[in-house]
Amino acid sequence: MASKRAKIFSITTIPGFTTLAIITFLVLYAPIATLVIYSFNGGTSVAAWGGFSTKWYAVAWENSQVQEATLRSVFIATLASAIATTLATMAALGTTRRGKYKGWNFIYLLINQPIMVPEIVTAVALLIFFASIKVATGYTGLGYLIAAHSAFCIPFAYLPIRARLEGMDLTLETAAGDLYARPFTIFRRITLPLLAPGIAAGAMLAFVISLDDVIITEFVKSAGQDTLPTYMLGQLRRAATPEVNAISTALLVLTVLLLTAFFVLSRKRD
Amino acid sequence: MARTAEQKKARDGWLLSLPALTLLILAASGPLIIIAIYAFLTAGEYSGVIWDLSFKAWFQVLFEKDIFDGTVSLADAHLTIFWRSVRLSLLTTLLTFTFGLPTAWFIATRPLKQRALWLFLITIPFWTNLLVRTFAIMEVLRVEGILNKILTGLHIIPEPLQILYTDTAVLIGMTYVYLPLMVLPLFAAIDRFDFRLIEAGYDLYAGRLTVLRRVILPIIRPGIVAGSILVFVPSLGAYVTPRVLGGGKKMMIGNFIELQFGAGRNWPLGSALALILLLIVGIALIFYVRASASENKDG
Amino acid sequence: MKKTLVLTAMASLMGSSAFAAGELNIFNWGNYTSPELIEKFEQTYDVKVTITDYDSNTTALTKIEAGGHGFDIVVPTHSYVPVFIEKGLLMETRPDQMENFNNMDPNWVNVDWDPGRHYTVPWQWGSTGIGVNTTVYGGNVNTSAIFLDPPAELQGKVNVVPEMADIMALAVYYVGGTDGCTDDMEILKKARDVLMNAKQHWLSMDYGTTDKLSSGEWVASVNWNGSNFRARLANPDVVYGYPIEGYPLWMDSVGVLADAKNVENAKLFQNFIMDPENAAMISAFARYSNGITGSDAYMPEDMKTAPEINPPAELAAAGKFAPACPKPVQDIHTAIWTELQK
Repeated sequence: MASKRAKIFSITTIPGFTTLAIITFLVLYAPIATLVIYSFNGGTSVAAWGGFSTKWYAVAWENSQVQEATLRSVFIATLASAIATTLATMAALGTTRRGKYKGWNFIYLLINQPIMVPEIVTAVALLIFFASIKVATGYTGLGYLIAAHSAFCIPFAYLPIRARLEGMDLTLETAAGDLYARPFTIFRRITLPLLAPGIAAGAMLAFVISLDDVIITEFVKSAGQDTLPTYMLGQLRRAATPEVNAISTALLVLTVLLLTAFFVLSRKRD
Repeated sequence: MARTAEQKKARDGWLLSLPALTLLILAASGPLIIIAIYAFLTAGEYSGVIWDLSFKAWFQVLFEKDIFDGTVSLADAHLTIFWRSVRLSLLTTLLTFTFGLPTAWFIATRPLKQRALWLFLITIPFWTNLLVRTFAIMEVLRVEGILNKILTGLHIIPEPLQILYTDTAVLIGMTYVYLPLMVLPLFAAIDRFDFRLIEAGYDLYAGRLTVLRRVILPIIRPGIVAGSILVFVPSLGAYVTPRVLGGGKKMMIGNFIELQFGAGRNWPLGSALALILLLIVGIALIFYVRASASENKDG
Repeated sequence: MKKTLVLTAMASLMGSSAFAAGELNIFNWGNYTSPELIEKFEQTYDVKVTITDYDSNTTALTKIEAGGHGFDIVVPTHSYVPVFIEKGLLMETRPDQMENFNNMDPNWVNVDWDPGRHYTVPWQWGSTGIGVNTTVYGGNVNTSAIFLDPPAELQGKVNVVPEMADIMALAVYYVGGTDGCTDDMEILKKARDVLMNAKQHWLSMDYGTTDKLSSGEWVASVNWNGSNFRARLANPDVVYGYPIEGYPLWMDSVGVLADAKNVENAKLFQNFIMDPENAAMISAFARYSNGITGSDAYMPEDMKTAPEINPPAELAAAGKFAPACPKPVQDIHTAIWTELQK
């Protein structure tokens, strides 16, 4: 009886959930561990172990093409996820809790359209459309890639934010309105903080999706606009070297360091 | 009076959505009109299209004329490819949900300060790009890979399995790749969950399963809907994972459409296939959202 | 401080190289361009070279045809050169009148895809054959039967690269066809049957041959000669077979685009790679032959004797250059290919 009470006390535990969650985390990191290990492969192949060595880090360090591609990927992903998340938050606020209206279905489909067709189709369409703009205006910069990435990231940011908004408790906002708070103040002080986890989830998804994109980027890019994925796609047919593993590992380490710093700093501030 | 307030709400909604819609129309949906036109044109000799009206592509989607005896029959290859895609995508959705729900739950029940950290832990593996990650999964699944080493080491299987280049490998790979698309929306939904409701459930002597089914799942339904869409729909058109982990022996719709725009040099057929896919997914999406919304209101 | 950093980063990302004396934008296959060669060209002519990658002829053609790409040079396979020329995408730069043209191997001057070399300069050429790990199979490797009718030791272990044109040509030659783009339905039917029957013995249809052959994960695979060369350097058991029934040859060729912005630099580059020493750099990197006489002298020692580069005469004769197939034949190939991969 006592033990049953104790279990009931920890109401947030559901049997098996923690185990499954931990398995999930382990499985998620298994390939990453392989990747990190193989980045120290002394051999020339990604599949056969040729002894410990840091030579691929040296190779990657020397290879400006791959460095530029990596930087470009991160740059595009940062900008695109920021744009997509902002627009998606606005759209989510605009389309949720708005009562019955026939147009919502259409908007909903339009917002989710980028995930509904295989990438290659959007890629060909964008190539033809953007190429005509490129020829007409003479501008061939990164703007096209950023616009395309921002656009296809929108649904990935929109859906988590909308899921958060749906059924969100309205009482606080109504109360604030009753106290004559201005709409913008209500949004900034109440809605936004409540919405924050959804926005964070959406932004992270958008970032990751942009970082991953191959096919649309391959078709939209102009001269000198390879991203890490398109650079790798070019290597796919020939031979991939552990160089890319080295870059990915370096990127991972950098990410982890930045995150740690971020967490330490935010702790201190509290 | 009430009606105009409703109208104002709708208008504000439109206005707020406008920037997103504009960008989408300019850089995603709008250009697809080109594809809609191409589906009714004739394929060019080496690439692109010739501006001659033709319905050949639509005929080709469903029927095939045998190249050797000229008999016309249902395009069995296309149906096989289509069915494989649907089946694998459904299974992927199911698997990501099975692993994603506990994970999202686990994250949402951590102390507030740790949550962001756990969320990042979910996304960090995805900061390496898709191709690198897929190659890494390949390393794990290989005959001499870690998975086989562990399974044989624990004497679960007598000898290493050929997992790579099978549908199972594609399924494992897609589940891995699309997992965050399930976890993050679920987390966003669970995170605003009022855990007192569970307490209330237990107070009413509901069992754990009943609480999960009757209290938790209905409340996080929007998250489940969002996650399922984000996983199911893109996996239907998946390209890289089936090609690399499936060993390229069996196509999914994404690969098949790519073939038409690439080596196959049949853009109209690729366009027609894409439009059909768009139509099916669009209809499914509306039904799905409607069904989940109405259930939400009843419950 | 932060702002300057961001601005600098942005400027470099936008690819603004307004400070360089000249520019050259090359659009080439991935992992195919020797960095030393580019460095030498940059230093010789004070030109900033940017390399951008593609992974298939169709992607390159589609992008260039659409326009607004910003490239000066493209390196299509010989079969696509006439397509580029016919569509007016290549500039007639007359490499045959360039200073270094006297280094060109006479065999490569009057080629079907560019008679007299008015448009293109050879980059590299090679063959599509078969790599086999001899520890697993010790029999004759100079036949397409390795993948079209695999011996017992290789069944279930063969990889086939997903290159429709190459595989269709190999299958057509195997069943007795002489023209890779034949429209003889009897031959095509036989080719289909042979492929459909062989598929059950294949492990996969994938790229990455260099790696997986040398690691032993695949014991046999359709492969390119240079890729097999690199695999053999890592694992001496991997030998290269030239199918006696017939196998495709190809030549990737450097052309200047009709809408190139840096025409003079692009022409300089065409002339530059016809210099034997520079051509040798290209070959030393990707391990394929070039078309320049005298480049042997500058080649690494192991290239001079490599069996992948120097086929025996009776097998060399089985290699054939095929054009891009006409549309009706192409449609048949696609239909067979779809059935094969369904």
